[in-house]
Amino acid sequence: MIKTLYKQIGQYLTPSLLCPLFIMLEVVLDVLIPYVTSWIIDRGIMPGDFNAIYRYGVLMLGMALLSFVMGVLAGQFSAKASTGFASNVRSAMYRNVQRFAFSDIDKYSTAGLVTRMTTDVTNLQSAYQMLLRITVRAPFTLLSSIVMCFVISPRLSLVFVVATVVLATFLYIIITRVGRLFSRVFKQYDAVNSVVQENVTGVREVKAFVREQHEKSKFGAAARGLYDLYVRAESLMATTHPVMNLVVYGCIIAISWWGAHFVVAGDLTTGQLTSLFAYVMSILMSLMMLSMIFVQLTQSAASGERVAQVINEVPDIVSPEDGITDIASGRIDFDGVSFAYKGGSGEYALAGVNLHIASGETVGVIGGTGSGKSSLVNLISRLYDVSRGTVSVDGKDVRTLDLAALRNAVAVVLQHNILFSGTLMDNLRWGNEHATLEQCRQVCNIACATEFIDEMPDGFETVIEQGGTNVSGGQRQRLCIARALLKSPKILILDDSTSALDNATDARVRHQLKALLPDVTKIVISQRITSIRDCDRILVLDGGRVAGFDTHDKLMTTCAVYREICELQDEPTGDFDDRSHERI
Amino acid sequence: MTEAMRGFDNHNRNDASRYAVAEGVTRAPLWRLLRLMWANYHFSLIAVAVCIAVTGLTTLASTLFTRSLIDDYVVPLTQVDNPQYASLAQTLFTLAMVLVIGVIASYVHSRLMINVSQGTMLKLRTSLFDKMQTLPVSFFDSNSHGRVMSTYTNDVDSLRQMIGDSLPQTLNSLITIAVTFVSMVVLSIPLTVVSIIMALVMTRCTARLGRISRAHFKTQQATLAEVNGFVEEMVGGLRVVKVFNHEQQAVRQFDTLNEQLRSSTYNANRFANIVMPVNGNLSHLSYVLIAVIGAWLILRGGVDLSLGTLVAFLTLNKSFARPVSGISQQMNSVLNASVGAERVFDLSDSESESDNGKVTLVNVVVNAAGDMMPTPLRTGQWAWMIPRGTGVSPRFVRVSGGVEFSHVDFGYSADHTVLHDINITAMPGQKIAFVGGTGAGKTTITNLINRFYDISHGTITLDGIAVTDISKSHLRRALGMVLQQTHLFTGSVLDNIRYGRLDATDQDCIEAAKLVGADGFIRRLSNGYHTVLLDDGGNLSEGERQLLAIARAAVADPPVLILDEATSSIDTRTERLVQRGMDNLMSGRTTFVIAHRLSTVRNADCIIVLDHGKIIEYGNHDELMEYRGAYYNLYTGGL
Repeated sequence: MIKTLYKQIGQYLTPSLLCPLFIMLEVVLDVLIPYVTSWIIDRGIMPGDFNAIYRYGVLMLGMALLSFVMGVLAGQFSAKASTGFASNVRSAMYRNVQRFAFSDIDKYSTAGLVTRMTTDVTNLQSAYQMLLRITVRAPFTLLSSIVMCFVISPRLSLVFVVATVVLATFLYIIITRVGRLFSRVFKQYDAVNSVVQENVTGVREVKAFVREQHEKSKFGAAARGLYDLYVRAESLMATTHPVMNLVVYGCIIAISWWGAHFVVAGDLTTGQLTSLFAYVMSILMSLMMLSMIFVQLTQSAASGERVAQVINEVPDIVSPEDGITDIASGRIDFDGVSFAYKGGSGEYALAGVNLHIASGETVGVIGGTGSGKSSLVNLISRLYDVSRGTVSVDGKDVRTLDLAALRNAVAVVLQHNILFSGTLMDNLRWGNEHATLEQCRQVCNIACATEFIDEMPDGFETVIEQGGTNVSGGQRQRLCIARALLKSPKILILDDSTSALDNATDARVRHQLKALLPDVTKIVISQRITSIRDCDRILVLDGGRVAGFDTHDKLMTTCAVYREICELQDEPTGDFDDRSHERI
Repeated sequence: MTEAMRGFDNHNRNDASRYAVAEGVTRAPLWRLLRLMWANYHFSLIAVAVCIAVTGLTTLASTLFTRSLIDDYVVPLTQVDNPQYASLAQTLFTLAMVLVIGVIASYVHSRLMINVSQGTMLKLRTSLFDKMQTLPVSFFDSNSHGRVMSTYTNDVDSLRQMIGDSLPQTLNSLITIAVTFVSMVVLSIPLTVVSIIMALVMTRCTARLGRISRAHFKTQQATLAEVNGFVEEMVGGLRVVKVFNHEQQAVRQFDTLNEQLRSSTYNANRFANIVMPVNGNLSHLSYVLIAVIGAWLILRGGVDLSLGTLVAFLTLNKSFARPVSGISQQMNSVLNASVGAERVFDLSDSESESDNGKVTLVNVVVNAAGDMMPTPLRTGQWAWMIPRGTGVSPRFVRVSGGVEFSHVDFGYSADHTVLHDINITAMPGQKIAFVGGTGAGKTTITNLINRFYDISHGTITLDGIAVTDISKSHLRRALGMVLQQTHLFTGSVLDNIRYGRLDATDQDCIEAAKLVGADGFIRRLSNGYHTVLLDDGGNLSEGERQLLAIARAAVADPPVLILDEATSSIDTRTERLVQRGMDNLMSGRTTFVIAHRLSTVRNADCIIVLDHGKIIEYGNHDELMEYRGAYYNLYTGGL
């Protein structure tokens, strides 16, 4: 993790080094200032030498001014370094995420990735800033204060050494325990929040089953657990302050006692005695600060781990070097293909599939949930890699093809499709950056999308909201088909992409695709028999195996699985809503 | 913090508005919070204040001792030949005692404060949750879930920070300032004036820098939100990005935003980082000024100022400046918390569901005379107990599940009626199907029977009793629901089925699962019925979740059932399974079903065709087909 994050410092190495340098200079000045104040007392106030006071006062002010400049500079550099570092981290993550293969995406949730790129990075940014500033400042202050004490009085300094050791040991013990407790606190927080969330989303269930009391006691127990843990952690934490005070006071009394002796004996001046008091404070404060940093850094270590994990994720699929870019036809061949999802149960989603689809053919795919329909088509554009066997496009193994060229040749309309915020044109142009309005209109005609686009007040310039919430499901599906068509693909894959369309529109889209794009190989996945019965051939999948691959009529006689699906759907099914939407 | 919690940050940002609050509620959130703390913990709080004062005084004692050490001991001791240390030892011992008291007081106050702050948080959390349980469904429909969650997490948390940290620290600072101020005045008035002027300068500087920095922080938050939104969209649509080879463009867009974020964050931090050196060195300036002026005063004479006093004052001055600038920083966090407190109290002031129903649901036994007698036993025979005033024995009506809508009007707001003059009669055991387009009012009707929403005009009766006369919890116990969007709870499969009836035995739950055809898939799960479901049953398929929801309703065994068929596409076989499960559940019960599947509609006793909140046709399948109206068009259309 450290190594990965270190690399992200990149061009911000200079400010990252300058910041601690200026901090050290600032600390040196800060540590010297009490020493100068001891001169003000010893050489100015005590002997009543007003000039000395003035002289040392000016000296001290000069040092303060210098310290101020150093402090401001350190602040500027630390801001520059930490925000730059954060920006690099974000960029590295984002770039790597863009390289993810589908199998990599499966490992993370969207919310998880977003959190890593925002909150976790913000955590790292403040941790880095703290690392540059306080992690340098505290030990350095500690060290130089002790040095100064030794300069003033080696014998009295023993008091500090003892105090430092005692306090450091104590803080170490407490902090490690508190750290463990706090990680339990955060877990319990999750438990509390999950009860709240379930009640917010499932409020109808709670009310319908009259489970208010049940939920209250569930939440009460979780909240009580949180309370107990918090009280334990904070109580432990609360011992640090009094103990630190105890040590400070002990030092003051010890120094007063022996200091008085030394002053009387002439080994120490009054001014030196008072500056020793100042050093007591700065030594113990920096110890305290160190322990706080320790806690905070261990907490952001978790963020660091999460971030590094994303940056270091090696994409499962990368484009081959010198991959073939020439894809002339839409022929597809599956030879002995087996496929299992990584990190899944290990069961094959597809097993022993052999298929040969000619260029320009229209193939329907049908089968139950988990029969492997989506898995099958995802192999064609190499969204996943096969576990065994080969998938070829245009007679070439997809693993030898340039990835961008392959995906430009194979247009996939995914099952869970998404439009992005921006105008309708912006969205369509995902298919082809330089598409003209005329070209867009053309593909929208094929996908039966023009009819509703023209009814929108801004037509093709209509702004789509994030997630495409301002268009209906059926409209979104048609736009997604149009967007895919703009790629002028050799192969078009529709993965259950017309499910929200009523039968009539569905039929029109199918007819247009067939009539206007005769050379494009079309693969249509559907739950509805009506959507695929007219295909050249229909592939029936059952439990990851090919149960039949033939025309509708032949399958009705040869394929039991297909016949069963047809019989089930023989009685009218389908969604009343969408039908009524179009009709009433 | 955990991922789950942080996720809600995003909602918080987009959702800054407030909840609608009942009229006439006082609006001083911080004050209310303090009153709440005071009411529960006044003894602790008094003790805390005393302890803080004691701590402050002992700190002061140690500072003042520095003066006495030099003036009363060190200086005189240096002037005698045979110095005696006994009195110094004596004083040091006394001082040690005082300081030990101070240490104890400081421990006691922080320990007590933990109890107060965490205890208040516990009370706040549970009362907020309890409150949530009384809120009507409309509250959750009109406020986004992210928003409500954010109140429970971010807002409550901001209060924890204020109660736990800012409040005691502010109190501490105030007491230190007061104590220090008094002792400074006692030591030297002219020097105090200098000290105060410098403290004011420091506060001004902090405030000024704070203002500049805050403006930049605001820009930073806005850019952060933008980056957040962009990343969310691009990561959510990553599969589409891949399919369209859109990676380069996505990276280009991100780079622009990322650079904006970097520069705004840089500016925000740049100014924030100046505060510390400014304050630190102003305090040095103040030190030198006081040393020079003090020395000048001593040398000039005529003022009652000793060397020891000056040294002590110099130390005091340091401990005066720190809390002054500290308080101005605490004020920021207090102001942030007041925003959180406002939302927390807004939520707890939201209007609860009203319930004036007196009629309750009871188990009965029928005696020889045919009269129904209430019994605490679970007889399986249910009756409505209708109170008839004091002294008169209540009337019992058998629960059979007859529902009647009579001239029902309803609107989500007063000026917008969604349902017009709805009349429906469902005999016990009948199956009523609602059909119609999106927004026709199907779901709305089912929300009225169980009083998730209350009608504005007309009556709905259950077994001849107006639903408004029935206690809500008892009414809902008599009505089973299977919703389109199934929600499951963290716990085992068995726990989730048992949610329908808490006293159901394991055997009851398994029977229910078998009845609705869920048994098969449950047994195939890794731990069968004891498999723990997480994240709203995220490890199950849509069809499986629906089967569990049906089993849950089956175990509740209600006389009346409200079903909202799922529209999401599940494969034909699972759909069959769900369908069969629903059919088994419906048999023998009055059922209202929002139908999306034609087969369901065809088997209904009565089909109600809705359009724009009005009933346009009703009758059974054959009648409506013969009528050749809207239903006929629906049924034949597209096929």
